[in-house]
Amino acid sequence: MTGQASAGLDARGAAAWIRRAAELVSAEAERLTRLDAAIGDGDHGHNLHRGFTAAVAALPGDAELGETRPGKVLIAAGRAIVSKTGGASGPLYGTALRRAGKALGDASEADAAAVGAALKAALEGVQELGQANEGDKTMVDALAPAAAAYAAALDGGADLAGSTRAAADAADAGAAATVPMQARKGRASYLGPRSTGHLDPGASSTALVLRALADVTGRE
Amino acid sequence: MRKLINDPENVVADALRGLAAAHPSLRVDPENGTVVRADAPRAGRVALVSGGGSGHEPLHAGFVGHGMLDAACCGQVFTSPVPDQIIAATMAVNGGAGVLHIVKNYTGDVLNFRMAAELAEDEDIEVASVIVNDDVAVEDSLYTAGRRGTGATLFAEKIAGALAEEGADLASVAAVAREVNERSRSFGVALSPCTVPAAGEPTFQLEEGEMELGIGIHGEPGRERVPLADADAIVDASLSAIDADMPVSGSELLVLVNGMGGTPLMEQYIAYAATARWLEGHGATVARPLVGPYVTSLEMAGSMISVCRLTPDLTRLWDAPVETPALRWGR
Repeated sequence: MTGQASAGLDARGAAAWIRRAAELVSAEAERLTRLDAAIGDGDHGHNLHRGFTAAVAALPGDAELGETRPGKVLIAAGRAIVSKTGGASGPLYGTALRRAGKALGDASEADAAAVGAALKAALEGVQELGQANEGDKTMVDALAPAAAAYAAALDGGADLAGSTRAAADAADAGAAATVPMQARKGRASYLGPRSTGHLDPGASSTALVLRALADVTGRE
Repeated sequence: MRKLINDPENVVADALRGLAAAHPSLRVDPENGTVVRADAPRAGRVALVSGGGSGHEPLHAGFVGHGMLDAACCGQVFTSPVPDQIIAATMAVNGGAGVLHIVKNYTGDVLNFRMAAELAEDEDIEVASVIVNDDVAVEDSLYTAGRRGTGATLFAEKIAGALAEEGADLASVAAVAREVNERSRSFGVALSPCTVPAAGEPTFQLEEGEMELGIGIHGEPGRERVPLADADAIVDASLSAIDADMPVSGSELLVLVNGMGGTPLMEQYIAYAATARWLEGHGATVARPLVGPYVTSLEMAGSMISVCRLTPDLTRLWDAPVETPALRWGR
């Protein structure tokens, strides 16, 4: 990130995203855990807090950030999350970030189109690993509409800041839309019809991570 | 929360320090959450690695030793272990004949073990995986994550461990673990919820006079909440669910009446009496019973019944010597 608002995402921007995601996850950890207790096993907030804390610790130092690539930053963060989180969210979030990082390739700065491709790659990675579709009451219900809204905003002429904002708003709406759904994946699926009427914790945390991206790319 | 702990964030490492102190023959790494049998790696023998979230003790670490597991990976409470732990355990026990991962069918466990198996294969370690999914309370369909792994995990670890101890190859050890899983069914009932130490509050609330049918082992609620019933009725509900899925008539059975952690052994025996009576009344023979808290859910009260339809081979392997902290006979 340089002084002006977000033409692209460089390594510092990618690191800022992970830090901001860690802040939001930490601030909301109790809420995520409560959501998980209702339809899962009550550890989502704690686990994700541990994972993103590890991801922040794995970020390159400030001097190195000037030299490295945003893709590499996301891959390192994803690896740390896989290593430290546990549960389903570790592999799923770790895969999402690693796939996003790989999609960014070796560019020193990702432009708005590249960030859109990275979101799409993250979604594909999550779906491949977790085998979930939209409507199954999982993180896909936030990530899929976010990737779609990002692409639509970009097509409509929005810049990086506008597109990430559209993605974050769509993720919020997608998470909220999980309330009436019956879970078909993950531990909540064991509840059958009793899983309805609850916000999905994974979709909620995904909305936070996408809000973090909008926060850092929209910053002056 | 009233728990005999020091720090809610460190319960797993603190408990493993205790395991290490009580069982000096095990190689315990409390910080990384791995427990490895003393004589690993055993050259030319297939090694068994299992693991999962903590809070189910003695599963899995209590089953590490002669005739059962070579290593266990202990995740945070009710949270699967991470790939780093699984790879470390796999490498520690690999004796060149391959490593069998025994994985309970929960999304987190399956994903983390799958990632670890891929990475282990990069290190030229041959890994086979068996998924245990014996819980009949969950419909195995496109609409769920599939049946959960519960009590049959113990059966698979014991029987496959015995075959590995005899020197069988990886394909045979994996095949017998799959066979045990296919011939086993379980059903659990909760009379009270449990509290994850780091969360500090019970995972669900049960009103006076209610119980939860069809629970898993992670303090998650079950499929149905019904009025509290007596032991005979709870056993009848559990075994009827099992029998509807896998008829037991005419079978010689290995039967586990498993306390969930908070139910006294006296009550488990009351449940076992009803279980033996029910099974005999339905044309089955209890060839090998086991009663006790083996696959628990912290301090949850309740019980889970698991049955496995034995064959002469499976019976022989069940009877083979075992020497672990929680199961020990014949040696």
